[in-house]
Amino acid sequence: MLDPKRPKPLPTPETQHFWDGMKRGELLLQRDKDTGEVYFPPRPFVPGTGSTNIEVFKASGKAILYSYVIHANPAPGFTPPYAIAVVQLAEGPRMMTNIVDCPQTPEALVLDMPLELAPTVLDDTITLPLFRPSKA
Amino acid sequence: MLKPRDIAVVGAAETTGLGKIPGMSNLQLHADSALNALKDCGLKITDIDGIACAGESPTNLAHYLGIVPKYVDGTGVGGCSFMIHVRHAAAAISAGLCTTVLITHGESGSSRIGLNRPAANPASLAGQFEMPFGPFGPPTMFTIPVLRYMKERGLTHEQLANVAVVQREWAAMNPRARFRDPITVEDVLNSRMIAYPFRILQCCLVTDGGGALILTSAERAKDFPTKPVYILGTGESVETPMISQMKDFTSSAAFKVAGPTAIKAAGISHADVDHLMIYDAFAHLPIYGLEDLGFCKPGEAGAFIEARNTAPGGKLPMNTNGGGLSYTHTGMYGMFALQESVRQMRGTAAAQVPGAKLSVCHGVGGMFGASGTVVFTNVA
Repeated sequence: MLDPKRPKPLPTPETQHFWDGMKRGELLLQRDKDTGEVYFPPRPFVPGTGSTNIEVFKASGKAILYSYVIHANPAPGFTPPYAIAVVQLAEGPRMMTNIVDCPQTPEALVLDMPLELAPTVLDDTITLPLFRPSKA
Repeated sequence: MLKPRDIAVVGAAETTGLGKIPGMSNLQLHADSALNALKDCGLKITDIDGIACAGESPTNLAHYLGIVPKYVDGTGVGGCSFMIHVRHAAAAISAGLCTTVLITHGESGSSRIGLNRPAANPASLAGQFEMPFGPFGPPTMFTIPVLRYMKERGLTHEQLANVAVVQREWAAMNPRARFRDPITVEDVLNSRMIAYPFRILQCCLVTDGGGALILTSAERAKDFPTKPVYILGTGESVETPMISQMKDFTSSAAFKVAGPTAIKAAGISHADVDHLMIYDAFAHLPIYGLEDLGFCKPGEAGAFIEARNTAPGGKLPMNTNGGGLSYTHTGMYGMFALQESVRQMRGTAAAQVPGAKLSVCHGVGGMFGASGTVVFTNVA
């Protein structure tokens, strides 16, 4: 479904669990076991404190549309117009993504609209965390 | 410890040409600026004992110029690298590491001859967690926080467009500016869409060019033919290589360290500032800069610019060369902001602010990733 020319992430030892989770359709985040603080992108310690007392957990997949631009020009792997969005996950962190099953217009893409995870296969190894308008 | 006015800019120049320079490579643009700055202050290459540059390695620059310096700074954090080079050079001269530092910028941003701009590594965090979602260059990344800013702070599309309109007024007074014809808010809002909400007139130019500065101690500066421009205060910081991970979409954490650090070190108040440069890769940058540096309260900068405070004749003249939007933008524009601050302090700017004594020059690097600020004065 996704254009194979789309730039493909290359997992590292610190992020492999995230991409393994996405392959199963799960969005995995990390949190500080002492404070409960959730952080992203993945790393084996808490940014700002260095604590390694952390755990990986499955996120709800719920988010809101935080901000975006709508690219009017072609880019490798993408057909314009397409929105490059940042969503805020229910657990707190923000991440870049694309919004699927939704017209790519300012009228349809309303800030703070509820979204849900739409795991989308890029190839055999990578499934991307895209989002769609919440059905709930 | 480095004190205000310990160090001065004695040499400053841009590349001979500006805009489209198909006859020079990226490295030669560094050298052209360097030779022009040396000529400006009457120094020889052999007088330089410290170098700093970004976009080329300092090794390339030293070899090309034919010198073996005692001080080297290759800080490369994007367009504000040069503000940070000024800060480091001032500290180095003050500490006795060297006496005379050459800082260069050159970028074949448009002709792309010998340009060193590597693609994002797919294993980097940005390569894994941003590039797969289709950002394609600064117009689709730097602009991402703006809709959030507009919603939270009430900034209108017209106010965002007006930033470009006012800067074009300054550019109209500058014969070296690329775009000089007046534009209206309507023109901006009807110009070609790049990445909603940004239209082409809200995005910077893409040009070839460069600039160089030469710094030495204030004591030595007295012996130069040029009017010394003293460094009063400096600041620097970095936040994140990923726009999606910027902590606050309405404010830059790096700006809020670099700007206030420089202003505090200079021992000045905002009301003292006669002239301001805020790196404008895109129309929202001056808005974030005015607020994060404390010239405006959060949410007030759009109206502040609309009320013509930063326009010709306003109380806080800003981006008086026309800025990255209308003057020139090679890719790492910070050097051109510094050059305009120095010209204003020397009294030689095309759109000179009468009697200006204090200039604040604020830069951004990456996509709100880095920041550097320099406060200049012409008062010894």
